Amino acid sequence: MSVEQVAVLGVGMHPWGKWGRNFVEYGVAAARAALTDAAVDWRDVGFVAGADTMRNGYPGYVAGATFAQALGWTGVPVTSAYGACASGAMALEAARQRILAGLCDVALVVGADTTPKGFLKPNAGERTDDPDWLRFRMLGATNPTYFALYARRRVDLYGATSEDFARVKVKNARHGLHNPYARFVKEVGVDDVLASPMVATPLRLLDICATSDGGAAVVLSSMDYARSRVGTDGLVRVAAISTVTPTFPNSVIEMPNFATDSAAGVSEPDRTFKQAIGDAAYAQAGLGPDDVDVAEVYDLSTALELDWYEDLGFCGPGEAEGLLRDGVTELGGRLPVNPSGGLACFGEAVPAQALAQVCELTWQLRGTAEGRQAGDPRVGITANQGLFGHGSSVILTR
Amino acid sequence: MATRRPVVEGWFTIPDDDTPPSLIGTRCTESGTYFFPPERVMSRAPGFADSELEEVHLSRRGRLWSYTDAQYQPPEPYVPVTDPHEPFCIAAVELEAERMVVMGQVVAGVRVEDLRIGMEMELVLDTLDVRPADARTEDGNEDEIEYVVWKWRPVDDGGAS
Repeated sequence: MSVEQVAVLGVGMHPWGKWGRNFVEYGVAAARAALTDAAVDWRDVGFVAGADTMRNGYPGYVAGATFAQALGWTGVPVTSAYGACASGAMALEAARQRILAGLCDVALVVGADTTPKGFLKPNAGERTDDPDWLRFRMLGATNPTYFALYARRRVDLYGATSEDFARVKVKNARHGLHNPYARFVKEVGVDDVLASPMVATPLRLLDICATSDGGAAVVLSSMDYARSRVGTDGLVRVAAISTVTPTFPNSVIEMPNFATDSAAGVSEPDRTFKQAIGDAAYAQAGLGPDDVDVAEVYDLSTALELDWYEDLGFCGPGEAEGLLRDGVTELGGRLPVNPSGGLACFGEAVPAQALAQVCELTWQLRGTAEGRQAGDPRVGITANQGLFGHGSSVILTR
Repeated sequence: MATRRPVVEGWFTIPDDDTPPSLIGTRCTESGTYFFPPERVMSRAPGFADSELEEVHLSRRGRLWSYTDAQYQPPEPYVPVTDPHEPFCIAAVELEAERMVVMGQVVAGVRVEDLRIGMEMELVLDTLDVRPADARTEDGNEDEIEYVVWKWRPVDDGGAS
């Protein structure tokens, strides 16, 4: 199977940071940059898809229409998507479907967030029917708790070391040095990571990504529209968007749950949820792991980046540390991962992050990622996973 | 006099006697799938939507699937139990019969160095926090409410490994 493609006409970002301003400002800046990059006038946009954040208000406010109003009402149809870390990819999927259905030529996708300091925490109130609230109340289980449970598995089952985890941070910090949109732009050594305070053993402060303010936007168009405007030479295309959910029984503990599904009555699926996210993207694009030249994966923790190497099929189980040590996944290697610097250099701006991954891959495929260009890639893949069974993967080609 | 209350109703037993406590789950009678927290509405095993759900007590022991600790005080609604914060461990324990993993805090005094994947753990009840009785609860003469939660404890195997 490979599906009909749409074109990535333009991308744009607002720098990540802890700016403390209204998220709409970041989204508008990113949207205008993407429109400029696409050479598309806002009045010609036929559809707006917003990636929602829950932290800045209720969904009616934090939505596609918020950005449409800020850019100046044109009567454009809107939609809004909430899918935790996958929100941006879900909004992108809505835009792609709109274009492939022939309902518009050009669509704008926007995600932006303003984050509070410290651990992400659930909404206030006494909400005993919300697992996200209960896990903090009953277990004191933060997001890093779950990241650490996975990291511990790598340590005890595969012999991963704190130095291995630190090397992921060192690599990503080096990658992000020349990224004008990164928040943390500083060389980091293995010793720096090992000297940072322990948060959730075996993960230290510098193993875990921060939360950031930021905004990202993508302009998609039909291939016909792109052909008539810019031609198809070197044009970046969306070959796949995967937004699959887990298959029952999901036997890996996931945020914000207390327990996995039970595999006592129904046999487990052959592939885990994270593997299935990438599988669906590969199947849609008619491509496989061997075709991938560059990847942007969700390094919520250093150890999670290593999990993604295996879940996306870059190597077998327990082989990710070797791939990293051999330099395969650093710039100059065969398959650079997180050339943007990843979450290690950005911190997470949830509804913008999946779109930021698409922005970076677009620049990589165009060969314009100055100071961090991953060779001459033709195929790039993104991957992320968030709360409540949300995850996504996008494959771009040129 | 503190009244003991579960932090969530219907998820675990609070025996009055020496009976060991259990997590309360449900079981899809047709597929044999277990659910914790207990599903009350319908079986989530696809294809078994019309199956009966029966209440069951889950295995009280399991094997450690993974573990970590909280070196920093978690944010609200976590209620601090010590000032300053004392790190505590969190375990994910695999129940053999139910073929599922259940998380829980580990009892105080256990450090990550004391834990290893595969070791046997057992369920206990422990105090989560003690709060002044809320007048709205209309519970009469109680002064305090002790909220109780399940935790995991390494099985004392007499030093055998």
